[in-house]
Amino acid sequence: MSENTLAQAPVHLRQGSSIGQPLTRRDGVLKVTGGAVYAADNHPPGLLHAVLAVSTIARGRVAALDLAAARAHPGVVEVMTPGHKPALAQDPDEKAGPFAFRLDLLQDDRVRYANQSIAVVIAETIEAATEGAALLAPRYEVEPARMDLHDAESFFPAVVGAGTPAAEHHGDVDAGMAAAAVRVEATYDTSAQYHNAMEPHAIVAVWDGDKLRLDTPSQGMAMAQARIAGLFGIPPENIHIRSPFLGGGFGSKGMISGPQVLGIMAAKLVGRPVKLVLRREQMYGPVGHRAPTRQTLRLGADAGGALTAIGHHTKTASSSFDDFFEPASGASHSLYASPAIATSHEGVRLDTGTPLFMRAPGEATGSIALESAIDEMADACGMDPLTFRLKNYAEVEPISGKPFSSKALRQCYEQGAARFGWASRPLAPRMMRDAAGMLVGWGMGTATFPALMFQAKARATLRRDGTGLMEIGAHDMGQGAWTALAQIAADGLGLDIDQVEFRSGTSDLPDGGIAGGSAHTATAGMAVHGAGADVIARLAELATGDERSPLFGAGNAGVVARGGRLSRRDDEARGESYADILDRAGLAGIEGSGGSAANPVAQSAYAMHAHGAVFAEVKVDPDLGQIRVTRLVGAFAAGTIINPRMVRSQYYGGMIWGLSFALLEKAVTDRRSGRIMNADLGEYHVPVNADVPSVEAILVEERDAHVNALGIKGVGEIGITGTAGAIANAVWHATGRRVRQFPITLDRLID
Amino acid sequence: MNRFDYIRPTTIPEAVAAASAPGAAYLAAGTNLVDLMKGGIARPSRLVDVGRLPGLSAIEHLPDGGVRIGALVRNADLAYDPGFARRFPAVAEALLSGASAQLRNAATVGGNLLQRTRCAYFHDVASACNKREPGAGCDARGGENRLHAVLGWSEGCIATHPSDFCVPLAAFNAIVEVAGATGHRDIPLEEFHLLPGETPERETLLAPGELILALRLPGTEAAFAAHARYLKVRERTSYAFAVVSAAAGLRLDGGRIAEARLALGGVALKPWRARAAEAALVGATPDEAAFRLAAEAALEAARPSGDNAFKIELARRILVRALTLAAAGTPARMPALPASPFAIGA
Repeated sequence: MSENTLAQAPVHLRQGSSIGQPLTRRDGVLKVTGGAVYAADNHPPGLLHAVLAVSTIARGRVAALDLAAARAHPGVVEVMTPGHKPALAQDPDEKAGPFAFRLDLLQDDRVRYANQSIAVVIAETIEAATEGAALLAPRYEVEPARMDLHDAESFFPAVVGAGTPAAEHHGDVDAGMAAAAVRVEATYDTSAQYHNAMEPHAIVAVWDGDKLRLDTPSQGMAMAQARIAGLFGIPPENIHIRSPFLGGGFGSKGMISGPQVLGIMAAKLVGRPVKLVLRREQMYGPVGHRAPTRQTLRLGADAGGALTAIGHHTKTASSSFDDFFEPASGASHSLYASPAIATSHEGVRLDTGTPLFMRAPGEATGSIALESAIDEMADACGMDPLTFRLKNYAEVEPISGKPFSSKALRQCYEQGAARFGWASRPLAPRMMRDAAGMLVGWGMGTATFPALMFQAKARATLRRDGTGLMEIGAHDMGQGAWTALAQIAADGLGLDIDQVEFRSGTSDLPDGGIAGGSAHTATAGMAVHGAGADVIARLAELATGDERSPLFGAGNAGVVARGGRLSRRDDEARGESYADILDRAGLAGIEGSGGSAANPVAQSAYAMHAHGAVFAEVKVDPDLGQIRVTRLVGAFAAGTIINPRMVRSQYYGGMIWGLSFALLEKAVTDRRSGRIMNADLGEYHVPVNADVPSVEAILVEERDAHVNALGIKGVGEIGITGTAGAIANAVWHATGRRVRQFPITLDRLID
Repeated sequence: MNRFDYIRPTTIPEAVAAASAPGAAYLAAGTNLVDLMKGGIARPSRLVDVGRLPGLSAIEHLPDGGVRIGALVRNADLAYDPGFARRFPAVAEALLSGASAQLRNAATVGGNLLQRTRCAYFHDVASACNKREPGAGCDARGGENRLHAVLGWSEGCIATHPSDFCVPLAAFNAIVEVAGATGHRDIPLEEFHLLPGETPERETLLAPGELILALRLPGTEAAFAAHARYLKVRERTSYAFAVVSAAAGLRLDGGRIAEARLALGGVALKPWRARAAEAALVGATPDEAAFRLAAEAALEAARPSGDNAFKIELARRILVRALTLAAAGTPARMPALPASPFAIGA
């Protein structure tokens, strides 16, 4: 992969600032030397191992378990079952709040999906627990599994995703279609995808009376505390979670999952510390997934290639027992100008685990269909796909009519196209071959993701020795929170980064907010920034009110904090060090706090999104159908970039997942049994290095005065959007064949 | 994982005796068996670890131009042996197209012959599988069988053999040397693996306790070295089993094909030697028309076992391409993406 550091870094470098510096990750050495302690690396004294027994049917009930055989196995300590488990203070099926999804905690003998937990075997060793679970040899009363998106009875949910309306429109799409000179109506199918973070869900649980200590990966420790507190009837503050590192989360570790809670229940049952780690195949059910969709796109355009209508309808599935509908049609809300837009969703219920958040939920799924349809429309209009997109460039958010808080998408198109060499693309498909005779195709897609913010708190301390401390219960999923938030802390405290102690990753710190929705850097970062400003203001108050200080009388507004010193804004030569101020005041340190939240005024006035443009080159074997993505170039504008090195990695990771979406990922389900037949990383394909020979990410400069004071948007999810469609469009351009089923496999390209 | 006895014999007769007991299994690198044990698919009561038996790790270049490969030679060591790759380039290419670098560094050539199928229904112990449990039935029939067999399958089993290595071994007349309780014998690799028929649980000709000692590639087969390729179509660029693969070797004489070697992978429960296609090529000029005729002959008996009709046409095309590449000549250097259609020009 290429690193354009030299060409691009200066845009982001600012003298005397940590923000914008391409620092390497501060936890990198720990990780590559094995020193980073992940949840499952913990082994408290007296630890027992718990292993789940999971259902092999998708619907019915467990009629019998051979408990005697499991208990008799050497090393087995306990078998937890619906009839033998600690009492819970709350029904796990109770919907206590918008993010309280129903959990399977052995509440009864019902089976709602394959891989549902039906018992937990606790033993002295992992081997004994594993064999004990196998010895349970369940017998079932089987009911027919409902596995087909297209056979099940459908209905219209009121809300989709995290609670957005299922249907929205502006203008009259039918009229727009009727008036159109060119129409595209097409149906696109996407497959069910399952979470495969490198680190499976794991928990080490230790009870001490009604206090609970947990090592478990979490994208939202405070939410996990609240959920666990409710289930066990203890105060949230009695629960101490350590989650310093996650081996990937991608949405699956946002809410505490059923298996994690079962680990806590197991520890309570045996009165000893318990570790529970999901086996890879056990992740295919209880931790959320991306549901399959069938999307129908209706586009109309006038003779000049201006869109007259966009209709986007998604049919998708939730589980039989809870509601989460992949909000795919929302992708059509913000990208292309059209006098009429209508989006809608339709649901069915299948005997699967509940689908949940999976990197760019909705946007990833919807984008591949929308970008494919836009490409089809450009072709139908006889226009270059980039020209067509520029023709339909949205100057305001189409669905709402709001102005954008910032939008450098035009620059993304320009810079991405220039780097890729898009200008020499032949309009017609199947026109390019390489020296070896492979078909070559170029495609593009537009990327977008909303710029969200949640709520967070942080605490800052300046110490008499001149150093600073920033504390926030933030979450590093591998994206670089340990580094990026410390950079914001350093600037907020007016210190060099090596003078700042940054504490994070535990639940006893101020709540850093959930790491999701690509909003963590903005949310936690603004809390950190606010805490820094608060402690500096308090320090300044000490100095400006003290006649012995060179800053006496400068007033808060007239002071600058930099390099561990406060100086007068009107005369920076006049100032003194933090240490001197604290020393004179006789204080060991001074503390401040900060919080962050979305600004409702700005949110109602502006549409806030990050944008990007992705260009893909694929090669396709004309006889054998095998596909290879030989080049990916993405150009993204996402407001202020805190750390360009880490942001580039986020874009790479997102783009590679986009490739995975377009060409590889699919859960293969046996429709008779409801079991997923490729639940392992050998057969559930994700890209390997040979699949991504060249990926480039261009960071397009963008300043946003409205999203938050630092102008930070999110970068975690946008890379998938745009990319998957760009690759699908490149496959069409290479072969002349439009494949509307994803992933695109080679059998669809040969006859 | 079930409880099992672990035995590490120091001589071949000890190993054979220990492994002759019911429920015993040989363990070498364990890259396949240990996974199967973790999944409960294999539950041996006794593991006989032959990984440190002396005398089985040598690559011997024989005076007749052939090669004798000890059963414990690692896949990577064989593929990177310069003398071997020169004489049997298609075999080296097949080795390097399989699995990942880490697995190739551990896995042994003897173990490679005994890989179990990747059929998902074989791996899912809740599914019916005649291989795991004779008479239980085959849930792959009528199930998710897009990648299953199109040649030599039976009503009782439609699985495929997963090995890349075995495909050129079948093409180039490799011999398997085995030791048993009553002495040593040679088995042609082409006959070593069994088609499912009525007994899909019987996978090879090995009798209980018989141990693979070595593989031999005859010197006569080195005559194909100048025109030998392995080609593998897969669903990602690396680290995936073949959808369909082919090994092709040609001996050209005066612009005509004097002799041909052809085998297919991913199409049947054994590496599929295409002898009728080889015969059809003899005397022909090495051109597309001849290759197409050969491909037709090779797939004449093919029929889909499920949603996999595409594999029949794909297999024909792969044979044509593999023959085309072989006719063009073995590359001077191993391609960066061995056996990939994208080996050149990528």
